[in-house]
Amino acid sequence: MSVYFLCLVLFSIGLYCTLRKRNIIKIVIGLGIIEYAVNLFFVLVGYKMAGRSPILSPNQAIENMVDPIPQALVLTAIVIGLAVTALIVAIALRIYEKYGTFDITKIKRLHG
Amino acid sequence: MNNFIPFFVIIPLGAAFLISLVGKLSRRLADFLATSGGFGLLALSFFTLWILNSRAGVVLVYKVGGWVPPIGICMAVDNLSSLMLSTVNTVSFLVLLYSLSYMEKYTDKWKFYTLFMLMLAGMNGIMVTGDLFNLFVFLEIASISSYALVAFGTEAEELEASFKYAVMGSLASSFVLLGIALLYSYTSTLNMADIGRTLAAHPAGLLLNFVAVLFLAGFGLKAALVPFHAWLPDAHPSAPAPISAMLSGVFIKVLGVYALSRVFFNILGVSQGVLFILLILGTVSMVAGAFLAIGQSDIKRMFAYSSVSQIGYIILAFGIGSPLAIFGGLFHLINHAFFKSLLFLNSGAIEYSAESRDLKKLGGLKEGMPFTAATGIVGSLAISGLPPLGGFFSKLIIILAAVQAGYLWLGLAAALVSILTLAYYLKFIGFAFLGKLPEGLAKIKEVPLAMRLAMLILAVACLASGLLVAPLFKSLLQSASDCLLLGTGYAERVFSAIR
Amino acid sequence: MKETRQGMTIIVKTITRLTVGLIFLYGIYIVLHGHLTPGGGFAGGVIMALAFIHLMIAFGKETALKKLSQAKAAFLENLGALMFLSVAALGFSGGYFFYNFIKKGMPFHLLSAGIIPLCNIAICLKVGAGLFSIFVTLLILNNTGRKK
Repeated sequence: MSVYFLCLVLFSIGLYCTLRKRNIIKIVIGLGIIEYAVNLFFVLVGYKMAGRSPILSPNQAIENMVDPIPQALVLTAIVIGLAVTALIVAIALRIYEKYGTFDITKIKRLHG
Repeated sequence: MNNFIPFFVIIPLGAAFLISLVGKLSRRLADFLATSGGFGLLALSFFTLWILNSRAGVVLVYKVGGWVPPIGICMAVDNLSSLMLSTVNTVSFLVLLYSLSYMEKYTDKWKFYTLFMLMLAGMNGIMVTGDLFNLFVFLEIASISSYALVAFGTEAEELEASFKYAVMGSLASSFVLLGIALLYSYTSTLNMADIGRTLAAHPAGLLLNFVAVLFLAGFGLKAALVPFHAWLPDAHPSAPAPISAMLSGVFIKVLGVYALSRVFFNILGVSQGVLFILLILGTVSMVAGAFLAIGQSDIKRMFAYSSVSQIGYIILAFGIGSPLAIFGGLFHLINHAFFKSLLFLNSGAIEYSAESRDLKKLGGLKEGMPFTAATGIVGSLAISGLPPLGGFFSKLIIILAAVQAGYLWLGLAAALVSILTLAYYLKFIGFAFLGKLPEGLAKIKEVPLAMRLAMLILAVACLASGLLVAPLFKSLLQSASDCLLLGTGYAERVFSAIR
Repeated sequence: MKETRQGMTIIVKTITRLTVGLIFLYGIYIVLHGHLTPGGGFAGGVIMALAFIHLMIAFGKETALKKLSQAKAAFLENLGALMFLSVAALGFSGGYFFYNFIKKGMPFHLLSAGIIPLCNIAICLKVGAGLFSIFVTLLILNNTGRKK
């Protein structure tokens, strides 16, 4: 049970990093931590103590496998996360190009 | 046969990749592919609407790959989704028509079309899917392309807005994914109908509340309800005008309101507590959005705050939860899709010709741009709820429903906000179209034909949408709101359609 | 792979020259056996992209871009996506979207599982070319940012 709570702790660390840090690269890292906390949680949901990896091979009984669906879903979620991270990092680099800083408090031309 | 349902995803995806493959070769080819893709989707969605309304109370379920749900993935289209599909695809086709001329000034128009089509694929996917994880994937496809579209001009402000939006948006997606993980851990299934059935058979108690909070935060962020609205007034005005029209007109409704209502009403089942939270969030967004909109002098920023306010109306109606209220909420959703996209297209037309969207620098545009002025006035009056137009009826129904359900104060607040709405739209009309033309704008010209055509059709839609309450068309809305009122009976309906 | 001034030391270059082909080959193996063993289109595509990125880090940008230019990568990426979509749409010949319309063959043989190997190849094109494009784009963005 405690592993699930550790996932939530990791999630909170990521949330803290996203909300409190001023460097935009650190914010992106925080988002990454959140994503991986969720992914870790999802994989753990399908895990079974002393379970076998869910691969069908010849001459082997199908028993005591871990749940393969969360793994497939997490793979998808990781790919999506990769796309989001790449996009945000690209935007962050362009912001640095325009503003000359990574400090979020100095990036405020929009207001109101 | 339901073989046409996957085409809601196939057409935009195919168009997106084809455009990015061959769009570099010629501008016209990219234009042609995008517009014909949009038109195909429009035709398909009206076909679906017609099929579903010729038979009462059915869900079209499509088994992807021939696998039977709940093991396989399914697509499920009911009256609610078909009505939303028609609205979204109408608006998106008109926006595509508009961007034929508007996007000429940008380099790499084909990139715009590719991203636009991907966004459309995501939105259509959300509405046709019957699988919770697929909903998440489509949500992300739509979101990622919208982050990129907001930053499309790559100016400093656009990048800043896009960064803010992307951070908030991916936070929201993480909440949604966590909610899905928790639901999967409890029900061991991802099919929406099956989740609904399992939850009805084995009530989850405390876990359900936690999941509800996660979904509320996730979809609420996407819908820009007030405590989560900070990104919207930056992101929507920064995007190119056609994209602002898409984002404000339909995007927040599909990703926010539709997903929220589908998950809460049909899967988790609404409790009194959830309805109360929706009621509070809706009222707060409605009032706060209107007050924030009054002070703006940037046209698009004002419209963006107005979107927050109008989404508040819709969520308020869903929070009341009575049949009449949900009817009014859906009606307002469709109306808002038409007039908000019209208004954003208008602001784009003003920016196109006058090269400014600051109300203080504009004025008297009715002389140089009579067409834009006329459609802009129709849109503004429709959103502020002038009697014969659509906006009046939907707001009236919501207010009546609030009073009927015993929320007299909320009805009063909604009526007052409606007056505030009129106030700031009169400000828009007065400062932009009436008065004297400033010196610099003496030689202002009307916008090209494609843009005028798109605005004309949307203005006609605004004028005509009042007809949706007429007996002839009322069944469209009625059957859509029945889908939400059905609650967790959705599962039964989907499973009976499979057999 | 000619000797250029750019890139890292001769040791790294020599090792890269020896290993990069093997890495690429391993990627192909992972893709083609995706339906039999762990791995598949995504993992294989990433490995194949890493082979090019490896080349780029060791020999500098020009050498790698000569092997796979950005335009070519974009083309391959779109081709992969379209191929995946058309394989899925060809399922309509069997009655359903994504229907596995090719004969399944013997389990645990290379030619089996119907459309899954085809899908794997499409995904590998999309992911490999996409990841390479992302890397190159970020690199170029970073360089222009630093010049200012």
